[in-house]
Amino acid sequence: MTAVLEANSVTKTYEVDSNIIRAVDDVSVEVCPGEFVALVGPSGSGKTTMLAMLAGLLAPTEGSIIIGGRELGQMNESERTKFRRQKVGFTFQSNNLVPYLNVRENVELMLKLNNRLSRESKAHAEEVLAQLGLSERLKNLPSQLSGGQQQRVAIARALVHSPDIVLADEPTASLDTERAFQVVETFANLIHNQELAGIMVTHDLRLVQFVDKIIQMRDGGIARVMTDKSEINSFANAHMMV
Amino acid sequence: MYTETLEGRAEPRPVSLDLHVPGVGVPLPPYLAFKEVWRNKGRFLLVSLVIALITVLVLFVDGLAEGLGAGNIEYIQKLEGELILFQENVDLSASASQVSRSRLNEIRRVDGVEDVGLVGLSSASIVFESEDKEPLDISLIGVEPNRPGEPAAYAGRGLKGKRSDEAVIGKNVALRTGLEVGDQFTIKSIQGTDDEFYTLEVVGISDGQQYFLRPSVAVPYLTWDRIRPQGFVDDGDDTDLILNIASVKVEQPENLEQMAERLEDRVSKVEAVDRKTAYEASPGYSAQQSTLNTVRIFTLLIGVLVIGGFFQIQTLQKVGQIGMLKAIGAATGTIAIAFVLQIVYITLLGVGIGIAGTLALSLSFPVTVPIVFTPQSVLLAVASLLIIGPVGGLVSLIYLLRIEPLTALGLGA
Repeated sequence: MTAVLEANSVTKTYEVDSNIIRAVDDVSVEVCPGEFVALVGPSGSGKTTMLAMLAGLLAPTEGSIIIGGRELGQMNESERTKFRRQKVGFTFQSNNLVPYLNVRENVELMLKLNNRLSRESKAHAEEVLAQLGLSERLKNLPSQLSGGQQQRVAIARALVHSPDIVLADEPTASLDTERAFQVVETFANLIHNQELAGIMVTHDLRLVQFVDKIIQMRDGGIARVMTDKSEINSFANAHMMV
Repeated sequence: MYTETLEGRAEPRPVSLDLHVPGVGVPLPPYLAFKEVWRNKGRFLLVSLVIALITVLVLFVDGLAEGLGAGNIEYIQKLEGELILFQENVDLSASASQVSRSRLNEIRRVDGVEDVGLVGLSSASIVFESEDKEPLDISLIGVEPNRPGEPAAYAGRGLKGKRSDEAVIGKNVALRTGLEVGDQFTIKSIQGTDDEFYTLEVVGISDGQQYFLRPSVAVPYLTWDRIRPQGFVDDGDDTDLILNIASVKVEQPENLEQMAERLEDRVSKVEAVDRKTAYEASPGYSAQQSTLNTVRIFTLLIGVLVIGGFFQIQTLQKVGQIGMLKAIGAATGTIAIAFVLQIVYITLLGVGIGIAGTLALSLSFPVTVPIVFTPQSVLLAVASLLIIGPVGGLVSLIYLLRIEPLTALGLGA
């Protein structure tokens, strides 16, 4: 299967007080449609920087990132913004939703940004929200939702415009264990069902049981890649005991 | 349970059939701006009310500047003649200037002069029989009937005869005394060391013609010379009557400067200036206007700071949210336009409330309060008030433009 996302020998360095810090060091990643990848590792291992580069928010110092056949490094700022709008679905650790838009409006925002808001697309947005169990919450503001519900709205927003790739930064950071499992399981199901490429950055290693590939990072580089389901499950189970 | 809910909703929901799709056609910036204001009505209304109060203050200071200014120079401002002749070397002081009637023919003979009228300026008071009514201080203005200088009457008629006991009263006198055309009234004036009383008949009412912060009464010049306050008793000799200034109507108003020079060349010991120069030289006028202008500017500055402060706090609170919007693909321009529109919405609302409040308040003021609203000054004030919003938000806008989408991931500056 052709990869939707290819990151080839990506490196990101920063200069701090004349010292070169290698935040990401020679990382190569491939993600295929319908594949859900977890980027794990301790704080400072470079996973969020990697995610920022995959989203086109940060330019790599070396290497190339190709998504849907287009190399991000060859795009200018406005093209990258358009690329994120059209091809990327995003959920964040915090500040996920626009506080003054209700659930329906937050999801439709993605369609409005892409100039694709129509009667049909609004119906599609409602369907996605229904799949996430939010039909009764359409008119609620984010402040009237629980943390789990807010994350599910963010997931709906990330999926509603049918992007090539969905990126999730610590989507369960503010959730309790039960909610965290529910959110990631739903996320994984939607990615698999809709044949999207999904990458989730998480520090919660118990959640990796729902993914197809684990990329473990350490000190900016890749320490280990796990693709075998039994290996993934035993990795998750090992951390379940913690 | 959430999982149960999901299972319970496994069947596709029916598509809504309502024909109204709100928000479909609205461009994103006004949509975002409106939604934020609407869903935070209390907070934004509070800022709008501050802007409304600033609007009331600016409009009243403006009205006061206009009213006090008019009270000082309205008569000169509305003179029919384009040029005003003063005695030379009196610093354009109308009360110090003396122009004798014998100079009139000399002025008339100058090429380009269409008409000229001498004007005498002094003060007196209108007294009433009833002790309940306070005397009203007035500017007593001596004019030549049917010549430049005589205020045009919008009710009744103009003055007739150079020594008749007739008067054209200004609108403010009519409002404050209740006098109407055909009524008689009494003027008190000090002659020598005695109070003298003169009865005049109202033959006409002109629009506002205040001078030296008093409403005015125009009388024929010989009547004026007879009844104006004097240090000695007038013997009635009018062979070389002295008045204060001359109002000159010229044939070609577009060449005022040349005409003024020509008048100064041909008529000895006079200084000719246009009306604006003449009234700006009135005692206290410039100082008064510059003081009120300073108040106005500081009020606008306070407005800029209030709006700037509010939006700066707003923006600081929204850094993460703005970063998120940029990260999901909202163009910086879209967010910036939404921000500016938001300022425009609340400024418009605030200025609108302020104008309505000012109008309501001004209706309750007595006529003695010197507040005048003219369309030009109100429009200028409103325009400056509408500008302070975006100017106040400028710093926040620059800050907002610099917020990086990386902040959504907790990265970036």
